[in-house]
Amino acid sequence: MTLSQLKEILKAEVICGDEKLPSVEVHTAFGADLMSDVLAFARSGCLLITGLTTPQTVRTAFALDIAGILICRGKLPQPQAVEIARELGIPLLKTEYIMFETCGILYREGLRGCICEILAGDKSCVE
Amino acid sequence: MSSEEDEFGGSYTVRGRDFIDAGLVSSQIKKLLKDRGIPEDVVRKVAVVTFEAEVNIISYAEIGTINFHVDDRAVTIEAMDKGQGIPNIDLALQEGYSTADDTIRDMGFGAGMGLPNIKKFSDDFEIISIVGKGTTLKSVIKIGGK
Repeated sequence: MTLSQLKEILKAEVICGDEKLPSVEVHTAFGADLMSDVLAFARSGCLLITGLTTPQTVRTAFALDIAGILICRGKLPQPQAVEIARELGIPLLKTEYIMFETCGILYREGLRGCICEILAGDKSCVE
Repeated sequence: MSSEEDEFGGSYTVRGRDFIDAGLVSSQIKKLLKDRGIPEDVVRKVAVVTFEAEVNIISYAEIGTINFHVDDRAVTIEAMDKGQGIPNIDLALQEGYSTADDTIRDMGFGAGMGLPNIKKFSDDFEIISIVGKGTTLKSVIKIGGK
């Protein structure tokens, strides 16, 4: 799905990167508040779903070439985080849904985890 | 390729407790490597290693330096700090072991994944630490499996 579709599905608010939404497609996602886990397990091109609103969320996404960041639980990203997302060109959205609901809705709509099980190593969830 | 012209590098100072800028050095190194056409998978590994090294210096040291050097075979990263050092490196390399405080956790780090992540993304990894003096780590990430 494109980030524009995702915005509609989750009634999300766009914080920055509005112009990129129609052209950025995501097929996989990773959800976590712990950035070390994101650095360890997330994959390039995925959507990052998180409740962490710090500049480090954006820097982590940049390190991994993550397609976009979706802040859940209605939290507002910190101003420095927004500034850095603008500078690095990473779309930033927020939704009122909690992480569980966010992930469930996106899974129903066809998104899959960027990895399934940690023990399975690099095995992708995308068939 | 393989001439001295293809070699480049950089050096960055990282200040302890400078939480707001955590990840800035990693972003800067990543941009440089990307601009020089280093393969994307290598750049991502370098970005993760330097990010975690940066967070470690900010969290546990007074001051530190992150150096990187690129040649046609590998990217070599060295992170050196003056700080409290690590009493038990084996323990620090275990996933989940952490001595982090709340400020570090609020940033999304400090869950005992830093050094394990650095090791995981490195082809070669060395660490030396002296309690009360500081820590030096070296990570080598090979380019094109050379």
